[in-house]
This record gives sequence, structure tokens and C-alpha cells, in this order.
Amino acid sequence: MSAETAALTDRPGHLAGRFANWNVAIIALTVLVLIVAAASVDNFGTSQNFGFLVLDLLPIALVALPMTLVIVTGEIDLSVASTLGLSSALMGYLWNANQPIETIIPVCLLLGAVLGAVNGFFVTVLGLPSLAVTIGTLALYRGLAFVVLGDSAVADFPALYTDWVTGTIGGTSIPNVLIIVVILAIVFGVVLHATPVGRAVFAVGASEQAARFAGVRPGRLKFWLYVVSGLVAGLAGVLWTLRYSSARADNGAGLELAVVAAVLLGGVSIFGGKGALPGVIAGVVLLASLQNALRLSDVSNEALNVVTGVLLIASVLAPNLANAVRTAVQRRRHRTEPTSGSPSRKDLS
Amino acid sequence: MTFRLSRRTAVPLSAVAVLSLALTACGGGTTKESTASDATAAPSASTSAAADPNAPLKEGLKIAYLPKQLNNPYTDVEVGGGKVAVGEIKGEYKLVGPNDASASSQVSYINTLIQQQQDVIAIAANDPNAVCPSLNQARKAGIKVVTFDSDAAKTCRDAFINQATTQGIGESLVKMASELAGGSGEIAVLSATPNATNQNSWIEVMKTELAKPANQKLKLVKIAYGNDDDQKSFTEAQGLLQTYPNLKVIVSPTTVGIAAASRYVSSSNYKGKVAITGLGLPNQMRQFVKDGTVKKFALWSPADIGYLAAYAGAALKSGQITGAQGEKFKAGKLGEYTVGASGEIVLGPPTEFTAANIDQFDF
Repeated sequence: MSAETAALTDRPGHLAGRFANWNVAIIALTVLVLIVAAASVDNFGTSQNFGFLVLDLLPIALVALPMTLVIVTGEIDLSVASTLGLSSALMGYLWNANQPIETIIPVCLLLGAVLGAVNGFFVTVLGLPSLAVTIGTLALYRGLAFVVLGDSAVADFPALYTDWVTGTIGGTSIPNVLIIVVILAIVFGVVLHATPVGRAVFAVGASEQAARFAGVRPGRLKFWLYVVSGLVAGLAGVLWTLRYSSARADNGAGLELAVVAAVLLGGVSIFGGKGALPGVIAGVVLLASLQNALRLSDVSNEALNVVTGVLLIASVLAPNLANAVRTAVQRRRHRTEPTSGSPSRKDLS
Repeated sequence: MTFRLSRRTAVPLSAVAVLSLALTACGGGTTKESTASDATAAPSASTSAAADPNAPLKEGLKIAYLPKQLNNPYTDVEVGGGKVAVGEIKGEYKLVGPNDASASSQVSYINTLIQQQQDVIAIAANDPNAVCPSLNQARKAGIKVVTFDSDAAKTCRDAFINQATTQGIGESLVKMASELAGGSGEIAVLSATPNATNQNSWIEVMKTELAKPANQKLKLVKIAYGNDDDQKSFTEAQGLLQTYPNLKVIVSPTTVGIAAASRYVSSSNYKGKVAITGLGLPNQMRQFVKDGTVKKFALWSPADIGYLAAYAGAALKSGQITGAQGEKFKAGKLGEYTVGASGEIVLGPPTEFTAANIDQFDF
């Protein structure tokens, strides 16, 4: 984004600037979809379906939190789903090896953090592009997961744990796991929007050079973001395994795309520097409830994929389109305003 | 790059490590062995009501099929048979399913079916345990759950339609291989993945059969894996024939593998020298049977699996059976079936296909 358009977007009160506030738009759209679906789709509004819907979107929501910060700095972490899978595979392996679950869970979280640190090392110390690094570790971690557990599935985790993960709070339909996600969402929201760390994240995303002059150390910041991303993916692996009572190397395959999709739909710029967590949460809810509602209306998978795809392209296109229109309008104004008194050759001489 | 792992970076990292080690050191805790004793007494949800074999078959039952994944030719035939049966019993047929065969993607479909208040869910489980909590939720809501093709854990379904017994398939594979090899010589197996449960159990039976005196002249030289991928199976078949010049028979107990191996042999100079057999779909194998590459192969009828699942589900929902051993029910054109141990209903022995009968089958 050029400096000119950036300045325009930030100008308060500018009509196009307000229109470009995708964050507000996506939240409104999500609320609209929820209302329409509840009113028109049979069984969508039931409390049981609400519980199912929340359980389905939780892993995406969880992983999307650190992903938002990573993408705002202008990087990406595509290895999250593989980290989830490896964490799940290790969990199954250790459970088979008769380790206590109380040990396994922290070890799996630690594994996630270490895998994140590996990404962080390649990206920040060796300075490699994060897209390439994390595509590489996407394959590597998934491969390791199959080395650890092969094609087999490990079940029979303690009922105390699996019941808690699939269970709901009291007599409601609100899943217990929602508590974890809400707490983390608040933590990430506060860090991103109300602390120096958050400001540094935005600064690095807008301009790494400028951020460095302002005293931010982009390398260190990014390294830790990758560690946190891995840690949360490891946690997602643990919760996933307990939810399905099934530790498998292929758990969560393809989840990284759903996460990146939700983050972009939530208004985070893939080029970094722009985005907000409430929009991302709305993006996750929007994608999940659309899928849920369309499935309940017996829409085929293919149509479902088409709808999701169109929505994503639109979400990336809309802000850029708004920008382009704004730039064009502005340029014309620049061109027309000074022409009245435009300097001619004669004046210059 | 200004970044390096400073002391300030290393401290929190090692703190995390120490913390997890400390938790490990606490010892005790819940382990697999300590929970194994609790897990044995898993309750079976809804077998309280007694079966009434004379209860009329209910009309208008909503029967939903949830295969491992959609758009798979084998699955299409299975659920096609189901659709016919649901039509016969005047029910409402529905087909849903994921595009990928991953363990957990079926769960949201089960949840959707619960919301839609189906009467019967016929499911081929991608993972026996991942689907369990949802299936039990479905059963709590009064839905009867029938698994086919690939079973879920026994505690979360009412009945399982087994295409054939493992023993029956293993025996029939060895019988065909022995006939084609003329009783002696080298044979090889081209399987799916090294961890495919059903393939591996058939191969185990084959090994036991081959160890018997009657088959001692048959020598199993290699088990290759084509990963149920056409290209990989093709290359593996090629590799087998090059590595073992005296190979007489390739036994491929997977529809993808047998078709790929037949395609290779039919277009190479091994045609007529090496026999292919195993489990295949008649429509995929017809040309190779007609051109003489394949003399005989076997399979159960996939359409009948889906067909039987619908009747079993309807019999469950109508109260004719509860899924207990020894109960009997009628399954349309297939006749009467008896529920076996732990709710298993066996379709029957596999059908052998040869040039003489292959044109009678269209699937």
C-alpha cells in the first residue's frame, strides 16, 4: 500500500475511509447471517445446534488468535495444522507408552512451542520468507506426525478429560472449551489493541524499517509470535484429540487454510499492518455458521465450497476495490484542482 | 539480522521446559493402564426394549447415509443400493458426507443429521472412536445407528453390516491364487496402505491359509503397497514383476490395486504369463476379464451392503430387532438375516466373477 492511500484510509470522517472499515462490516454481516439463518433454516436456532456450531469453530478460533498477530506483522504461519497433528500424534504415542495424561498435556504444549520456535528461528535468524518456511514445516511436521504414530489411531483417553471437552457448562448448551477460547481471545485482544507489544506488532507490519527506528526489535517480536502460534496449535491438538477421543497423525489436516481464510475474512490485511481481533472472531463465526446453515439446508459440499470461496475472494477484493476507487477519485481531484492554474511552459521560463 | 537468542529469550524457554519436567516428576496421574479398568463397563445405550419380530415395518422412515467420503465410485454403488431399499420400504432417503476421508469431518454431518431428526443413520466410520460421542448423542435422540463397511466402536452403534467375514475373504483369496498358480509357485500381494485394518486382517488370514500343508508349494514373496493410489499401484505392480521374474500370481485385495495391476499386465508382455486376482469391481475389471488378463476375482456386492443397512435400520427403528444376538429380520430380496455377536450382520460369502458371469453384474 502506498503512503498516499494509507494516509487516506486513516483520515477520519472520509466517506470511503469509513466504508473501508471492514471490521465493522464483517461483524454486521455476521450478525445478519445469524439472524437470517435462525429465522429461515430449520433447527439452526436450537440450543443444541448452537453447541455443535461452537464446538466446530473452536479449533479454528483458537488457532486464528495468534495467526492474526502473525499476519499483522506481515508474516504467515501455515504449519499450524501440522503442529496440531504432531501434538495429537505425540499425545497418542505417550498415552500408549503409559505416561500419565497430566504429563502428556504439558509436554504436547511444549512441543508446540518448540515447533513454533523452529519456524521463528528460520524466519527471524536466517531471514527466510515465512511463506516458504512454514510450507516446508507444514510438510515436515505432518510427516513427523506419521513417523510418531503411523496410520493408527489411539483412543481410550480418560473419560474425565474427554467428557469435559465435549461437555457443556451446567445445563446449558455452551461447551466447556469455550471458556478457554474466550479467555485466550480476551488476552490476545488486549495484547494486540492495548499494549506496547500490540503497537509494535502493527508497527512492524506497516514498516519494519520504521519500527526498527522506533526502537522495536522486529526479529525478536516475530520469533515470540511464532512460539506462541506453535504453543496454541499444540493446545488445539490436545483439545482436538480429547474432543474426538482419537489421536491421529492426520488430525486437523487442512485446518491452516480455514484459519487463514477466517483471519482474512475478518479484515486482516495479508500484507500486514492492518486488522483487528473482533473482526477475526466475526470472520470465524461467519464461516462456521454459513457452513452449518447450508448443511442444515441440505446444500451439497460442492456448493458449500463455492459459497465459501466466493466469500473469501470478496473479502480480499472488497477493501482493495474500495482503495482503488478512492485512489482513482483522489487522483482525478488532484488532476482537476491544479489544472485551473497549471503552470505553462511560459511560466516556467 | 539483529536478532539472536539472548539470555532474556532463553530464560522463559527454559522455564517452560522446567515447568513441564516438574509436572512430569509429580508422577502418579491418569495413565492408560489406570483407566483401562474403568473403560470395560461402557454401557450400551438403548437395548432395554425387547424386540418384537412381528412388529410392522414403519413407513416414511427418514434414513440418512453418511459414507466415508462422497464422490467415490465404490461408495456410490453402496449408497445406491441403500436408495433402492429405502424406496422399497417407502422411506425418505438422504445422502450426506465429507469430501475428504479424515477422521473428524464426519462429526459435523452427524450433528446436522441429529438436528434434522432422522430416524436412521447408516454410516461407514472413518475413525471408530472420533464419531462415537456424536453417534451416542444421536442414539440418545432416538436415532438408530447402523454402521456398514467400516465399523465404529461397538458401544456407539446398534448394528454393523459386515460385507463378509475376514476369514471368508482371506480363504477365498488364497483359493483363487492357488487355482490360478496351478497349486505351486510364487505369489505376491499388492495391498492398499500398510496400516489399512481390513486389508491387513485379510492378509493375516492368507498367511495362515498359506501355512497349511495343502498350500505349501505356494510361496508369498512380497507384500507391496500401492496406497490405494492408481499411479502408485501401477508402479508397484511393475516393480513386482521386474523383481520376481518367476511370479505367477498377484493378489490385490483392493479395487484400486487390482485394476491398476491388470492395466499394467494387459499392456505388457507379462500378459498370459502372470495372473491377477483379488477384490475388484466388475465394471472396472470387465475389459481385463474379456481380454483374458484376469481369469477370476471376487467381491461382495457393494449395493447389497447399502441395501441391507437400510433394512437393518428400519427393522431397528420399527422394533423388530434391538441389535441383540440371534434376532431375525427380513431384508427384502436378500431374504432373512440373523444378528450375530455384538450386533454384527454378515452379508454373505464374496461372489466370484469370471468371464462366464461378469456380464450379469453392473457396478
